[in-house]
Amino acid sequence: MYKILSKRRLNSETCEMEIESKLIARKAKPGQFIIFRVDDDSERIPLTIAGTDPERNAVRIIFQMVGEGTMRLGELEVGDAILDFVGPLGKPSHLDEYKGKRVAVIGGGLGAAIAYPQAAYLHKIGAQVDMIVGFRNQDIIILEDEMKAASDRLFIITDDGSNGRKGFVTNVLQELLDEGTEYDAVIAVGPLVMMRAVAELTRPLEIPTLVSMNTIMVDGTGMCGCCRVTVGGETKFACVDGPDFDGHLVDFEEAIRRSGLFKKQEQEAKEEHICRLTGGKR
Amino acid sequence: MAKQKRNMSLVKVPMPEQDPNVRNKNFFEVASGYTPEMAMEEALRCLQCKHKPCVGGCPVNVRIPEFIAKVAEGDFKEAYEIITSTNNLPAVCGRVCPQESQCEQRCVRAIKGEPVAIGRLERFVADWYMENVDKAIPEIVKNGHKVAVVGSGPAGLTCAGDLAKLGYDVTIYEAFHVPGGVLMYGIPEFRLPKKLVQAEIQGLRDIGVHIETNMVIGRIQSLEELVVDENYEAIFIGTGAGLPTFMRIEGENLNEVYSANEFLTRINLMRAYDWPNAKTPINIGKRVAVIGGGNVAMDAARSAKRLGAEHVYIIYRRSEEELPARAEEVHHAKEEGIEFMLLNNPVRIVDDGRGWVKGIELVKMELGEPDESGRRRPQAIPGSEHIVDLESVIIAIGQSPNPLIKDTTPDLECASWGGIIVDEASMKTSKDGVYAGGDAVTGAATVILAMGAGKTAAKSIDEYIKAKHA
Repeated sequence: MYKILSKRRLNSETCEMEIESKLIARKAKPGQFIIFRVDDDSERIPLTIAGTDPERNAVRIIFQMVGEGTMRLGELEVGDAILDFVGPLGKPSHLDEYKGKRVAVIGGGLGAAIAYPQAAYLHKIGAQVDMIVGFRNQDIIILEDEMKAASDRLFIITDDGSNGRKGFVTNVLQELLDEGTEYDAVIAVGPLVMMRAVAELTRPLEIPTLVSMNTIMVDGTGMCGCCRVTVGGETKFACVDGPDFDGHLVDFEEAIRRSGLFKKQEQEAKEEHICRLTGGKR
Repeated sequence: MAKQKRNMSLVKVPMPEQDPNVRNKNFFEVASGYTPEMAMEEALRCLQCKHKPCVGGCPVNVRIPEFIAKVAEGDFKEAYEIITSTNNLPAVCGRVCPQESQCEQRCVRAIKGEPVAIGRLERFVADWYMENVDKAIPEIVKNGHKVAVVGSGPAGLTCAGDLAKLGYDVTIYEAFHVPGGVLMYGIPEFRLPKKLVQAEIQGLRDIGVHIETNMVIGRIQSLEELVVDENYEAIFIGTGAGLPTFMRIEGENLNEVYSANEFLTRINLMRAYDWPNAKTPINIGKRVAVIGGGNVAMDAARSAKRLGAEHVYIIYRRSEEELPARAEEVHHAKEEGIEFMLLNNPVRIVDDGRGWVKGIELVKMELGEPDESGRRRPQAIPGSEHIVDLESVIIAIGQSPNPLIKDTTPDLECASWGGIIVDEASMKTSKDGVYAGGDAVTGAATVILAMGAGKTAAKSIDEYIKAKHA
């Protein structure tokens, strides 16, 4: 069993936890992920590692309580334990090459939490980091102070403009590019449509663009092929070849379609879970 | 002991099975096993040959005539002790070994009639023991030496069991959340109940084997770190053949195209057949194609049928004679209504326009001259392309070794196709103190061959460690 060391609600649907695992806390690097299961009936769910504290054997995860599995996890408290926690999986992001360079780190929604450790690492090794993050509205903005500390400039934008700045992350990126900012690389983490929009924006400018493919997975070790992504015309497995890929080569159309493979079951499981919690009331 | 009358029947005592039309709708075990009376009757068919040809056909050298003699006497407990003196997983082997090409193939009774049902008897003994005997946990004197085993499939379990019996302090590292490897994720419940697999693994824990799940060696710790940080004196790699092969044809990434690994893992390990109680989903169409003709293809096809598919087609490019699956599996599949589209090869998978499978385009094949494998080479008949309408496709054309250990262990020599290179007599790899066996070395093969390799490696590891401290 793996103990929950800390828990913090970041907004109405997003939760941060630290899970105890001495080895993962020592080994994990930015860009890698874990797979968890709450109990023996649970699905195996992948989550990106949001940070570690090796001295406390703590592995930090940030997740949105949107499906049955993440809702179950979010209902647990400090001191509770989960059955399975395996990692670090996937290849670490190649960040060291950006030492002394200028990088835009872009996060959308929960993707901000996943992009944050990458920005923090880049900032630490001496890259110039502009962080651009987008949320649906002001109420769900997360990790603002942390992101501010991990970047040279932080730009927050909301879909509805409720924080005073309306639009999408691509609008901000476009403005910065128009101002003449020259980036050596762009890292984009978030919904598939957002990552696609960023990649389309940087493609004509030939700015290297890394995206993080958060696909459906079962084992996470290269065994099942469920996470396959077409990159530059070749089939790759997000779990072992990724999760980071060249955004200009990813077939986003296919990735978006494959992400809907179990939509029906996900919806049913979620509704059943809510039903059990509330005794039928929504 | 009164001399019992030899049973000279030319055929095996039949084993009761669920009716095909009942069992193809449930995941319970197909065959229910012998009763004690049936087992004793079958055991009397054994001639107790002095030269024991059957034993030579067994990769783990089960003392076959000896255990069968005890079954004939009704001393099932002693029969179990005899089997487990060389085989740590009898309930598994009795069910999934290809006896027809091993022990039973060499049985003298097979010269005229059917061989002795060695597999069924082994299964009976293992099941009887589990149900009737409270196992005494043997006292093993520890020798103070540590060995790590990577992977808890048949090879790793066998190697660990043999070393533990010799007094080694053995830890198995398993990437999944439960141990068993292919016995858990690959072979379906209806052929190998998971509770039996776990019971046999408990037997290993009882003799002191430690099992650490959720440990992806290569990521969480390298082989080097196991030696340096954890003080293991030797390592056995039994990581299997977990990398699925795809066909590289158009439409392969459409929704509802699964690798057999994914399909079977969702069903077996994650119990998708029990959705929504178990939370891992699976989609299955009314019409399903399984590409391939091996045991994995049969398992996938029979599982698809049980999930409610109305038509399940096995698509294989050669003819029935060349099907690599065991005859028994093909027979069971046919009984359960699986339809065989032989001499057909997929050309592309057809998109319904929204990214889901709508059908598969096949080309008819004919057999030409034998190729290097000795099988007649299939060749496409030009102009014979045709489309079969269906909603799900499962690709079961083989697996190769998972590259994770290879990629993270620079000095471990591997073949170009990914298999770890070993000295076959000792299972020793190019890296000092590291041994390997099973599918990670051979590519996808059988449970029992992996167990044989685990056994050989255990012996070599024992000799290696003893020599080091001599």
